[in-house]
Amino acid sequence: MHYLIVLAVRSAWNRRYTLGFTLLSIALATSLLVGVERLRHDVRESFSQSVSGTDLLVGARASPVQLMLYAVFRIGEATQNMRWTSAQKLANHPAVAWSIPLSLGDSHRGFPVLGTSADYFTHFRYGDRQPLRMQAGKPFDGIFDAVLGAEVARKLGYRLGEKIVLAHGGSGLEGAAHADKPFFVVGILAPTGTPVDRTVHIPLPGMEAIHLDWQGGAPVPGFSIPPALVRKFDLTPKTITAQLIGLKQRGDVFAMQRAIADDSDEALMGVMPGVTLDQFWELVGQGEQALLLISWMVALVGLGGLVAVILASLDARRRELAILRSVGARPRELLFLLALEGFSVTVGGIVVGVALLSALLVLATPWIAAHYGIALNGLKLSGDDVTSLAALLGWILLAGSVASLLPGWRAYRLSLIDGLTPRT
Amino acid sequence: MNSETVFAITDLIFRWPRQDAVCLDLPALRLQRGEHAFLHGPSGCGKSTLLSLIGGVLAPENGRIELLGEDLGRLRSTQRDRRRADHIGFVFQQFNLVPYLPVIDNVLLPCRFSARRRERAQAGGASLRGEAERLLGHLDLARDLWRRPATDLSVGQQQRVAAARALIGHPELLIADEPTSALDAGRQEVFLDLLLREANAAGSTVLFVSHDRRLASHFVHDLALPTLNRASHGETACTI
Repeated sequence: MHYLIVLAVRSAWNRRYTLGFTLLSIALATSLLVGVERLRHDVRESFSQSVSGTDLLVGARASPVQLMLYAVFRIGEATQNMRWTSAQKLANHPAVAWSIPLSLGDSHRGFPVLGTSADYFTHFRYGDRQPLRMQAGKPFDGIFDAVLGAEVARKLGYRLGEKIVLAHGGSGLEGAAHADKPFFVVGILAPTGTPVDRTVHIPLPGMEAIHLDWQGGAPVPGFSIPPALVRKFDLTPKTITAQLIGLKQRGDVFAMQRAIADDSDEALMGVMPGVTLDQFWELVGQGEQALLLISWMVALVGLGGLVAVILASLDARRRELAILRSVGARPRELLFLLALEGFSVTVGGIVVGVALLSALLVLATPWIAAHYGIALNGLKLSGDDVTSLAALLGWILLAGSVASLLPGWRAYRLSLIDGLTPRT
Repeated sequence: MNSETVFAITDLIFRWPRQDAVCLDLPALRLQRGEHAFLHGPSGCGKSTLLSLIGGVLAPENGRIELLGEDLGRLRSTQRDRRRADHIGFVFQQFNLVPYLPVIDNVLLPCRFSARRRERAQAGGASLRGEAERLLGHLDLARDLWRRPATDLSVGQQQRVAAARALIGHPELLIADEPTSALDAGRQEVFLDLLLREANAAGSTVLFVSHDRRLASHFVHDLALPTLNRASHGETACTI
């Protein structure tokens, strides 16, 4: 048996270039398959970790998924605003324990700006109901104070006291800058692995202040209000994008949801983040499945290539197999020889594929977080992750082993048919 | 059966699967220890099939094939494989060596599959490699070729390596299937002399198969398979 392994290794080395490319194709297929599965899992986890402990997300009546994506994940198009008076009414509702106003629309060098209240730093929860923590400085207090998400500070190299200029809308164009009313960084949040990391937080009055001399999305010509004078104006917002609500008792959530829907003053809706996320996954689920199916197809093509390469080499190796038969090798030992080769190439492909993917994750995780706000786990795997990854790799290995048996079985059959003289 | 009989065939019938016609119908064929026999016949007459039967790779439909007194038909296929590894050395026509092994490892191949051949190769106190080198030296293969890949050698050199592989561990029977057909006339003579000399030294019985009648003069027995094979009086059925 030991010598058969030696023979298998030497034979494989003799055809190393062909087998190397086969191994590479299996490696790429493995990377793709495991990568898609990891991405799918991590994106879901990243989304589900982004908000927790919030009972309702309230906004103008439209698509719940769109509201969720924009207000919580800063993805997609701006939704219609809700009136500030409606938000105040809800905040003062006896069933409501806390509320956080969210006002979006502006940006700073590609990062979204969120106008909110100090309650954001007290009540907002993410992950496993973890509160926000300051890495440096403190929450905002003044009108032109800004608190940066960890990623914003890291990417832009900002420190406390830094002066930043916000841009109107999400374009970040110089011409649309609120250059006359800069903000000052007073705090930097600790990393959360959520869209918070990519957000510039300012107080709602600050958001109002920079738009005092703007109308219809552009500065009013010949009219400018200096920062020192903004306090002379009413800085209460007229509208906000959405509102996060925490109830005193979770059991009241459906009653509250109904009360919001029945409010005749304004057409609003209250959505439960978890339920809306489920709706979102249903929407993208088919795409996910299609992607996974394609990945499996690629993996099967890779394994098919393995079978084809070994089978193609088999005809040329019939004389070699006959020689081994003549010196006493049994047919099942020849089956083992060929199957071992296929199995080894599969295992090698899986190992290289996982290594490639790991390297890619190390390199791409920060980039994906920076550009898409999705915190991938990278190489950090939980117990469940390890189990599911092992199961996936096990399936690939099983498929590879079955595929390897095909040429092995053919070698077995040929060794019986050929005798000592291959009829090629 | 005489104890000096190396192999004996009695009333052998063989036909290939899914074929009606009989390929081989041999009433009797026997070789004694140390004898050198020349078996000839045209291509497709069943020479290679007969060798596979003697080697225990194929099994007859009827009749007996005895190797060193043991009826191969009564053995399981794994036991036949073991007997072949222990007692028979093969030299083929061409492509005789495992291409990815060095010369010396090709020679040692039978010792990897047969403990008996391994023990007999070491019987004189030599190491396995020493014995392989001794055989290669006796077969006039230059020392600098011993560690080279088998594919670096000429056809004639490869045949000598194959002869060394067949003879290592002193098998009782050496079967050579058209080993000289890829060599020119001069090299045929040299190779044949070396092969028979070493077979004598190893005490091996030789069954040499060829379609070239000119080589028969080197052998005591000249066996024409078409004459021995009763099935070949009609259409031959040994090509599948």
